[in-house]
Amino acid sequence: MSKRIIEQQAETLIFELSDQNRRRSSLSPDIDVDKACLELPAHLQRKKKCELPQVGELQVVRHYTRLSQKNFSIDTHFYPLGSCTMKYNPRACNTLAQLPGFTARHPMAHTSMSQGVMSCLFDLQNMLTEATGMQQVSMTPMAGAQGEFAGVAMIKAYHEHNNDSQRNEIIVPDAAHGTNPATAVMCGYKVKEIPTNDQGDIDIEALEKIIGPQTAGIMLTNPSTLGVFERKIKLIADMIHNAGGLLYYDGANLNAILGKVKPGDMGFDVIHMNLHKTFSTPHGGGGPGSGPIGVSKRLQPFLPVPMVGHNEQGYYWISEKELPLSIGRLSAWMGNVGILLRAYIYALLLGRDGMKRVADFATLNANYLLKRLMAADFEMAFPERRASHEFILTLKNEAKKYGTSAMDFAKRLLDYGYHAPTTYFPLLVPECFLIEPTETESKDALDAFVDTLIKIREEAEQSPDLLKEAPFELPVRRLDDVKAARELDLNYYLSEKYFSKDSSQD
Amino acid sequence: MSDIPQELKYTASHEWVRAEDDGTLTVGITEHAQGLLGDMVFVELPDVGDDFEAEQDCAVVESVKAASDIYCPIEGQIVAVNEELEDSPEQINVNAYHEGWIFRIQPVNDSHIDELMGPDEYAELVESESH
Repeated sequence: MSKRIIEQQAETLIFELSDQNRRRSSLSPDIDVDKACLELPAHLQRKKKCELPQVGELQVVRHYTRLSQKNFSIDTHFYPLGSCTMKYNPRACNTLAQLPGFTARHPMAHTSMSQGVMSCLFDLQNMLTEATGMQQVSMTPMAGAQGEFAGVAMIKAYHEHNNDSQRNEIIVPDAAHGTNPATAVMCGYKVKEIPTNDQGDIDIEALEKIIGPQTAGIMLTNPSTLGVFERKIKLIADMIHNAGGLLYYDGANLNAILGKVKPGDMGFDVIHMNLHKTFSTPHGGGGPGSGPIGVSKRLQPFLPVPMVGHNEQGYYWISEKELPLSIGRLSAWMGNVGILLRAYIYALLLGRDGMKRVADFATLNANYLLKRLMAADFEMAFPERRASHEFILTLKNEAKKYGTSAMDFAKRLLDYGYHAPTTYFPLLVPECFLIEPTETESKDALDAFVDTLIKIREEAEQSPDLLKEAPFELPVRRLDDVKAARELDLNYYLSEKYFSKDSSQD
Repeated sequence: MSDIPQELKYTASHEWVRAEDDGTLTVGITEHAQGLLGDMVFVELPDVGDDFEAEQDCAVVESVKAASDIYCPIEGQIVAVNEELEDSPEQINVNAYHEGWIFRIQPVNDSHIDELMGPDEYAELVESESH
């Protein structure tokens, strides 16, 4: 018992371990820092001492090792976070992307000394082009959000190039990721929201009403965030194209259709891919991400640079010179090259047939989980529809009967060693869980998850406080969401803790 | 069943509207809407003097769950906003129909008020959305 409590204590901040008598690690250079600093030009010297914690080497090692042991990750636990595709990243991708030939290359190295890495990037461009059915791919966006921005910026550039500047609206379904309307607004568009019908498809009548000469385009995710495939996609594409608008594909759910259906074939003009989802690059914790974009013929001239080209002299960087209508550069170099290499190796490991198996098993796992949960009397948001790679469960009955919300279920799952599914998204389904098992989980893992949800529902019936007060087993209990949003406490040296410590030393 | 006062008008996007004696309309979000959104952390108010069309987004409420647009129930000009919400957005949670009011608007055409939902119709909408 006491052992567990010690393990689960919240870790103190490294600043709190600071003591001015502690210094020097076995790695610090043997120089007199004060003296060395005096040799710097006066304008570069600090007026005030830099506030850094002074901590002994072993304390630092223990502090960060303990923190790392508290990490929750796909390497340790099941992580069914819907719409995020938290699948396992094969070790080979990491290992090979870290070969010294890749990591030691300077981004400004001459192309003659970069042919190896450029050949990998060129091949990846082609593989992504092929997998999405688009005409050409640019891999410079540093993350999904930047890819989205680039995509809508190209739509705008296209309309402006055609002197079609009265188009000022982007259509977005009500179930879309929040980044879609945000991107449209960042690019200077007005957002027009359209509803979804009770089967999870877009309301075609509502769409018809708002399409017009002011329509610049539509942003869709297919399969949608409701976990179902948009069946009328061809009709929607024709409606938008006939009105002179373009179609944007949000690649968030590409995992469900990889190697099966190509967004290019559905009529999309531009797509962004989240390599950190579908192509298994590091994910979570803020990156580094990667959001390549693919385009149809219409948008090819507007692609951001650089891209990798190939001619008789070998590989070269495609720049603004070759693509004068390009929307420009989104990053200093060629995006996150280290991440692109991981995606390249992942794609090579899979091969063409392997990519199909990604979609096969991602959808099989989701549908297996859905059927088992339905058999256990959990309610699905769209029971008539086959799940894509994810599905939505609504816990509104449990909320009514036991007074336990979806959030309470989510918190209790943490106690059982699961990352909670996505909660309260999409907003239109009450008390919902958006569950995405991914293709890398075994049947055993899925069965265990279902058993746990059944057990938690029994707890909800018998002792609902177990859910309402959960989690019990983690270093911290329920956090105050409101306080966290309103009273940011990010700088130790401005915090109450620091001042109280300081005054106690006086 | 959440609280739906008889004397107010409602919109399908869960705003309530109260007709004041001076001809202006006070607008907020319903008890049902605040319950769905959860604890408020931030409210973005329109500026006094701004003109809005009916159903145009004119304010934003942000809760721990989501950020939601508030739609103008009727065409008109903003004549007052509840500045206290900037420091205490939780007033919407505490009392959605009184201290939680968001803005007051001078409608361009009074007769459009009748097109808004009555309490019974709104109660039906809330009922249908929870099934």
